[in-house]
Amino acid sequence: MKKLLMHRAAKPVLFIVCLLPFAWLFYAAAADQLGANPAEALIRSLGDWTLRFLCIVLAVTPLRVMTGTPALARFRRMFGLFVAFYALMHLLSYVAFDMEFDATEIAKDIAKRPFILVGSLAGVLLALMAATSFNRAIKTLGAVRWRRLHQSVYVVAALAILHFYWMRAGKHNFAEVAVYGAILASLLGWRVWEAQRKLRLGATRPGRAKVGSAAILQKR
Amino acid sequence: MSIFHRNDGFVHPVPSEITPQRVYEERRMLLRGLATGAAGATLAAWAGRSALATAEHPGKLAALPGVASKVLGAVSMEKATSYEDATSYNNFYEFGTDKSDPARNANTLKTDPWSVSVEGLVKKPGKFSLDELLKLSAQEDRIYRLRCVEGWSMVIPWVGYSLVELIKRVEPLGGAKYVEFVTLADKVTMPGVNSRVLEWPYVEGLRLDEAMHPLTLLTFGMYGEVLPKQNGAPVRIVVPWKYGFKSAKSLVKIRFTDKEPATAWNKAAAQEYGFYSNVNPEVDHPRWSQATERRIGEGGLFAKRRKTLMFNGYEAQVGQLYAGMDLKKNF
Repeated sequence: MKKLLMHRAAKPVLFIVCLLPFAWLFYAAAADQLGANPAEALIRSLGDWTLRFLCIVLAVTPLRVMTGTPALARFRRMFGLFVAFYALMHLLSYVAFDMEFDATEIAKDIAKRPFILVGSLAGVLLALMAATSFNRAIKTLGAVRWRRLHQSVYVVAALAILHFYWMRAGKHNFAEVAVYGAILASLLGWRVWEAQRKLRLGATRPGRAKVGSAAILQKR
Repeated sequence: MSIFHRNDGFVHPVPSEITPQRVYEERRMLLRGLATGAAGATLAAWAGRSALATAEHPGKLAALPGVASKVLGAVSMEKATSYEDATSYNNFYEFGTDKSDPARNANTLKTDPWSVSVEGLVKKPGKFSLDELLKLSAQEDRIYRLRCVEGWSMVIPWVGYSLVELIKRVEPLGGAKYVEFVTLADKVTMPGVNSRVLEWPYVEGLRLDEAMHPLTLLTFGMYGEVLPKQNGAPVRIVVPWKYGFKSAKSLVKIRFTDKEPATAWNKAAAQEYGFYSNVNPEVDHPRWSQATERRIGEGGLFAKRRKTLMFNGYEAQVGQLYAGMDLKKNF
């Protein structure tokens, strides 16, 4: 398993796999395979995939720690960039196919539908993270500040669920919202639990936890 | 700039620039109505036929032929939505909340035997078998625009007759002010009924005068065939000037009451779905605009949205039902 994860081809293969949903949607849009309401289908599918990649990227660290596979960390940045990519495509297809690039319509729509504002806000945060995802940015910002900025992914998770919840609220349709909400909540819950565990460990064995986290930081 | 020009008297704007499209479309409707009155049904049938020609006969289910309708506004001249789209993109929460769920899940629905009981404030209550209902009045072809509250629309050739035919038969009592439509809620054949998205059974309702308007259709078929299960087989209501959810599917009970019926979506979110729910571009849903709509099957991804029409374009026929009413309050 570890060998597989560390293989030279692992990243490129995963990159292509992550692009497959987009490639399928692109093909389906071109071939008129998106059903009766193609614009709606495209916008919603891109939103779904944004949420899925958000779940994936937030699962990397818990999985890494729980299974003791540090090799997983190699893929975290790529997954994160895919979250930003699908979110951007989601936003862009809304602007293009739902609003027909009409700025006043978009302004009116945001006033009417606060969930769009919430979604856009999450999009801005994701764009900021994507723009500072390269190694030099960490040095320029300083590790602490960079880390704080990238912890806004937790805010993004909350905004994304709120966005999805509000969008479905009009039709009382919360089954899927509950599924994504539960996944994201458990991924964030694990972090809280883990932080508390470390704190407790740190209290009994001073110094240990700090050294550990510093080592992780250096590895990046 | 010279005021007089030798071309004066010869340069006219084209007629389409003078007359708004809606006005001349209504004129056509009026002409067809006149034809009905004056020259008899022959001319009306001929006028209707040109529109019917755009509707396909899919050959999937039992044929249900209809005669041309004499009701004003009953035959839209617009291009009918494809049968494929009209039967694969549906809101029918009893079979799931996704638009593709009804087409996938509705095959379990048992439509035979079927009966509709008529009760409440009527002189002649009773239970009508589907066969009795089918034969109660002549089946007519009606091509209606359908506007969903979610902001999309279709044009569907229905087959049925005006609900008023049935209402006349059961003779409402003086106290009857509203008509309630109760639809099937069968946990065994309808997987969605196990969810708590809405209160089951799905109940809809109309004011008695709305229910008696000739455009309100007791519907048994579409595209010249019996209703597909995902579209509300075997019998449903279609009210073309209201948002689609007002048109209850798979009817089992019609009840005449003196009180406004508590309808499914109104119970779920009263501030969002009013009892009337007339299509109205000026009254937005609290969460989204109702000014425009996307016509399904029109140009794919890059199609422009259409402007939504007052009463879904049936203002000439139904506007007087709401004379003096504040439509913003009675949304």
